[in-house]
Amino acid sequence: MDYLQTKGRIFDIQRYSVHDGPGIRTIVFLKGCVLRCRWCCNPESQEYKIQTMKVLGEDKVIGRDVTVEEMIKVVEEDRPYYRRSGGGLTLSGGESLCQPEFARDLLRAAKEHGINTALESMACAPFETIETILPYLDLYLMDIKHTNPAKHKEFTGRPNDLMMENARKVALSGKCKLIIRVPVIPTFNDTIEEIQGIARFADTLPGVEQLHLLPYHRLGQDKYIGLGRPYLMEGILPPTKEHMETLRKAAESVSSLRVQIGG
Amino acid sequence: MFNTTDIPKSSRIPKLIEALYAKMPVIESARAKLITESYKATEGQPVITRRAEAFAHILRNIPIIIRDNELIVGSSTIAPRGCQTFPEFSYQWLEDELDTVATRTADPFYIAEETKAELREVHKYWKGKTSSELATSYMAPEAIKAIEHNIFTPGNYFYNGVGHVTVKYEEVLAIGYKGIIDKARAELEKCQVGDGNYAKKSHFLNAVIVSCQAVIEYAERYAELASQMAAECTDPVRKQELLQISENCSRVPANGATSFYEACQSFWFVQQLLQVESSGHSISPGRFDQYMYPYYKADIDKGVITREAAQELLDCIWVKLNDLNKVRDAASAEGFAGYSLFQNLIVGGQDKYGNDVTNDLSVMCILASMHVHLPMPSLSIRVWNGSPHELLIKAAELTRTGIGLPAYYNDEVIIPALQNRGLTLEDAREYNIIGCVEPQKAGKTDGWHDAAFFNMCRPLELVFSNGMDKGELVGIQTGDVTKMTTFEEFFDAYKKQMEYCISLMVNADNAIDVAHSERVPLPYESCMVDDCLSRGLSVQEGGAVYNFTGPQGFGIANMADSLYAIRKLVYEDKKVSMEEYKQALAWNYDKGLDQQSVSDMSEMILKGMQDAGMAVNTDTAKAVLQTVMRLKPTEEQLRRFTEIHHMIDEVPKFGNAIDDVDYFARDVAYTYSRPLQKYMNPRGGHYQAGLYPVSANVPLGGQTGATPDGRYAHTPVADGVSPTAGKDVKGPTAAATSVSRLDHFIVSNGTLFNQKFHPSALAGREGLEKFVALIRTFFDQKGMHMQFNVVDRETLLDAQKHPENYAHLVVRVAGYSALFTTLSRSLQDDIIRRTEQGF
Repeated sequence: MDYLQTKGRIFDIQRYSVHDGPGIRTIVFLKGCVLRCRWCCNPESQEYKIQTMKVLGEDKVIGRDVTVEEMIKVVEEDRPYYRRSGGGLTLSGGESLCQPEFARDLLRAAKEHGINTALESMACAPFETIETILPYLDLYLMDIKHTNPAKHKEFTGRPNDLMMENARKVALSGKCKLIIRVPVIPTFNDTIEEIQGIARFADTLPGVEQLHLLPYHRLGQDKYIGLGRPYLMEGILPPTKEHMETLRKAAESVSSLRVQIGG
Repeated sequence: MFNTTDIPKSSRIPKLIEALYAKMPVIESARAKLITESYKATEGQPVITRRAEAFAHILRNIPIIIRDNELIVGSSTIAPRGCQTFPEFSYQWLEDELDTVATRTADPFYIAEETKAELREVHKYWKGKTSSELATSYMAPEAIKAIEHNIFTPGNYFYNGVGHVTVKYEEVLAIGYKGIIDKARAELEKCQVGDGNYAKKSHFLNAVIVSCQAVIEYAERYAELASQMAAECTDPVRKQELLQISENCSRVPANGATSFYEACQSFWFVQQLLQVESSGHSISPGRFDQYMYPYYKADIDKGVITREAAQELLDCIWVKLNDLNKVRDAASAEGFAGYSLFQNLIVGGQDKYGNDVTNDLSVMCILASMHVHLPMPSLSIRVWNGSPHELLIKAAELTRTGIGLPAYYNDEVIIPALQNRGLTLEDAREYNIIGCVEPQKAGKTDGWHDAAFFNMCRPLELVFSNGMDKGELVGIQTGDVTKMTTFEEFFDAYKKQMEYCISLMVNADNAIDVAHSERVPLPYESCMVDDCLSRGLSVQEGGAVYNFTGPQGFGIANMADSLYAIRKLVYEDKKVSMEEYKQALAWNYDKGLDQQSVSDMSEMILKGMQDAGMAVNTDTAKAVLQTVMRLKPTEEQLRRFTEIHHMIDEVPKFGNAIDDVDYFARDVAYTYSRPLQKYMNPRGGHYQAGLYPVSANVPLGGQTGATPDGRYAHTPVADGVSPTAGKDVKGPTAAATSVSRLDHFIVSNGTLFNQKFHPSALAGREGLEKFVALIRTFFDQKGMHMQFNVVDRETLLDAQKHPENYAHLVVRVAGYSALFTTLSRSLQDDIIRRTEQGF
C-alpha cells in the first residue's frame, strides 16, 4: 500500500464540478505547470513552489503537500453523488504530469476504490510518463490550443509538437476515452480557420468523438493582482455567445466530431 | 406513460397576467362591512350559526366581477390582486397601519380614504369580540412576556385564520355541494334530540348546509353575470366564452363536474371561497394532478378537449391563484414577504398502494408554471425511488428558469415520518404539502402547520444572562454561565432554557387554538374535511381525523456552530474563558454596541433603577442613554474580541460534511424536536416540530444579539436547515450531506433546505442530469426537502448594489466558482453577461 503514501502538491479541491468529465466530480488541482498561458485563469497554479497570494487584502498561502491517502479520503466524501451521476475524480492543474508519481498513484487509488477517473491535461510530458498513468485513467480531457507551433510558443511559452504527438499516441493506445478541449481565446485562436484547424486535427485521432470549445473568461484576473503580476490580457473581452456558436458550427462542418460549447 | 412534450402558451395568458399586475393591490371593505352587518343581526345565536349566516350574507352581497379574457371566474375583490379584511380575527394592527400600509416597503397595498373610513367605522363593533383578544386572555402571563421578548412569535394564527389545509376537492368535483348537503342531511337525520351532542352537532350540520347553499348561490350569481355580459358582448368569440362560463357556473360547484372545464371551475370556487370564509393562508390545492386527472382523461378519450385547450385552462387557474391576496401587519409582511399565500400544489408521488402516479397532468402543471412564471401556486414535486426520470428533468427545467420552483420532496422520508405520527400507511402515501414544506394527508388533517416561529438562538442568550432579558426574568435561572465547569453542564442549561421556552410557546399556541374553536369555527371548510360531518364538529373543534400543531424552530445551524465552538474553545482547547466569551458577545465582538443594543441596554438599566425604587423620568432616561452610548471596550478588550472572532472562524462549521460537527448538529436539533413532541393540543392531537423559517430568519435575526458562532448582533440567522450563509465552503454536495445528517424523520412538520446556483450549473441536458443526480443523492441520504434559487441577472445587479447582503453568493461559471461580491466590478459585469447568455 506504499502508493497511498505518495506525496504531491495541490493548490485547490473543488467538489460538485459539473464541467470536467461525466457526472458530479471532485477536482483536485495539482500545482506546477510547464506552460505560461497568458489567459491562464489559475495563475497561482503555475509555480510548483508554495506561494503567497493576496486574497481580499489578506495573505493566503497557495499550495500544500498532501498524500494520496488524504486526497482519496476527500474524494470518497462525495461517493454517493458519483454513484447517482456516474461522476468521480478529475485531476487538473497546473499540469498534473509535472507530478507524475502523485498523479498516477492518486488515479490508481481512485480506480481501486471503484471511482471513475479523468485527467485534464495538455499532455506536455514525455509519452513514457503519460503511459504510466493511462492504465488508471477512464477519460483524458486533452487541451489542444493551436495547430501552429510558433503562435503556440508565443502565447504559452512552448511549441506544440510534443503535445500533438502525444495526443495521437494516447488515442492510438486505446486505453482511455479521449476528448479534445480548446480554450477559445480572442487574439490567439478565435478565428474560424484556427478552430477548424484544431477540429481537423482532432478528427484524425482514432476514437476521438468530441470537441469542447471553452470560451475565454477573465475570472482569474484578480489573482494576477494578488500575485503581483501583470495581466497581459487586459481589455480583451470574452467571446460572445453568437461567435461561439459560429465557431461550433464551423468546427462541425469540417469534422465528424460532436462539438459543444463549454465542458 | 405520460407525455412530456412542450405545449405552446396561449396568447390569452400574457394578457391576463398583464391586467393582474397593472396596479398596486388594493384593500377593499366589502367583506368587513357585510360580516359586521350579519354579526349585528345574529347576536346571541350559537357561534357556528353566526359564522354560516355571515358567510352566506357575504356571498350573497359581495360585489362580483368577471375580468377580461378570463375562462375561469370567481374573484374576491373587484380590484385585481385586491384583498378583503377579516376583523373577526383581529383588526387593531390594521387600524393602526391604515395610513402607512400603502407606503411600507414589504407588500404595500393601496387603500382609498373612503375605505379607511368604512373600516374604522366597522372596527368599532369588533372591540373585545375578536379571536385574537380572546387568545390573549387565555395565555399565561409568562407566555405573553416571552412573546414580548421575541423568544417566539405565534403571530400567524394569533392575528389571522389558520388556513393551512387541503380539503377534499375530489369530493366537490364528484358530487358537488348538493351532494355534500345530502350527506349533512343524512347525518342530521341520525341525530336524536336526546343525544348528548345534539345541540352542537345539529347546529354544526345546519351551518354546513347554509354555507354550501350560499356557495351554490354565489356561483349562480356568476352564471347570471356571465350571461348578461354575453348578451352585451359584440365579439362573437368572447360571447361564446361567456356563455360557456355561464353554463359552467350554473352547473358547478352545485353538482358534480361532467367535464374537465367544469372540474377546473368547480376547483376554483372551492379554492377561492375557502379564502373568503377565513383569512388563513397556505390553503393548498394539494394533489391537483391526481384529482383532476379523471376529468382530463375522460375528455381527452372522448375527444372533446385537446391537450392545448386543457393546458390553457390550467394556465388560467395558475393566474387566478395569484389573484387572491392578503394584507398582513407590517412585521408579518416582512416575515412572509412577497404577497405570498403559499397555495401549495404538488405533482407526482405514489398512490395509497405505493404505485407511481405521474400522469400527463403532472407534466402540464410544470408547464403551467413555466408559462405563467408567477409565484403561485407554490409548485412542489414528490420524489421517490420510483419517480420517472423524465418528470424530474422537466422539473429541473423549471428550476433552471430561476423562479425558485418547484420544491422537491422525498417520499422515502416523509411517508415513514408521517406513519410515525400515527397516519396509516395508505394515508401517508397520499400525503401532500401544505404551505411551505409541511406534509399531511389531505381532507383528513388539521395540522396547524405554521403555529409559531421559535428562535433557537434566544434560549442560548438566556443561558448567558441567567434567564434575564432587558432587565426582566424571561427564561429560567440556570445559574452563572461563567461558573459552568463542563460542556455538559452548559449544554444542559441550554436544554433547560429550550424546554422552558417551548412550554411557553405551547401555552400560547393552545390559547390561540381554543380561541379559534370558540370564536371562529369554519363550517364551510369543515364540510370538506373528514370526519367533521359524522362527528358533528368543526375542524377548529377537533373534527378532523388527524390533529397536529407544528411550530417551527429556526437557527439550527447557528446553534450547532455556537455550541460546537463553545465546546471546543472554552472546554476542550481552553483558549477562551467563558467570561471572555460572554464579554465578546455583549460587545458584539469587534463591532461594538449597535443602536439596538444601546437602546436594549438603556432599557435594562432603567428597569433596574425602577425596580430598585428609584424615580425615573425623561432626563434620567436621556442620561442613561448617553452614558451607554459612550461605552466602549478598551483597546486591549477589542484586540481580544477580534482574536476570539478569528478563533471562532477557525472552528469547523456545519455544512462541510465533517462527521463530528454534523452529528453534533443532529443532537442540537433534538433540543427542539424532542421536548416539543410530548405536548398535546386542545384538539386532541400532538405537537410536531418543523425546522424552517419562511423568510422570518431575517427580521427575527434582527431581534437576536451576537451568537457564539461569530454571528454579529441583529444580523439574519441561518435559513431553515441550511448551513449558515458563507460557512459552507465546500460546495453543494458537502452542504447537502451535512444537512442530510440531521434527523429529518422526527421533524415531521417539515424542513427547508435552500441552495443557490448559477444557471450555468444547469446548462444543457447534461447540466439537468447532474442537477437531478444531486437531488437524488441528497434524498438517498434521507434529506426531506430541497429547493433552489438559480440566480438571475436582477439578483446579481442587486448584489453589486448591496454586497453586504450577498456575502455568501457563490457563482460557478464554466467550472470555476467564486464569491461574487469579492470579484472586481468588471468581472462581476462579465458574470452578469454570462448569466443572461446561460452558458
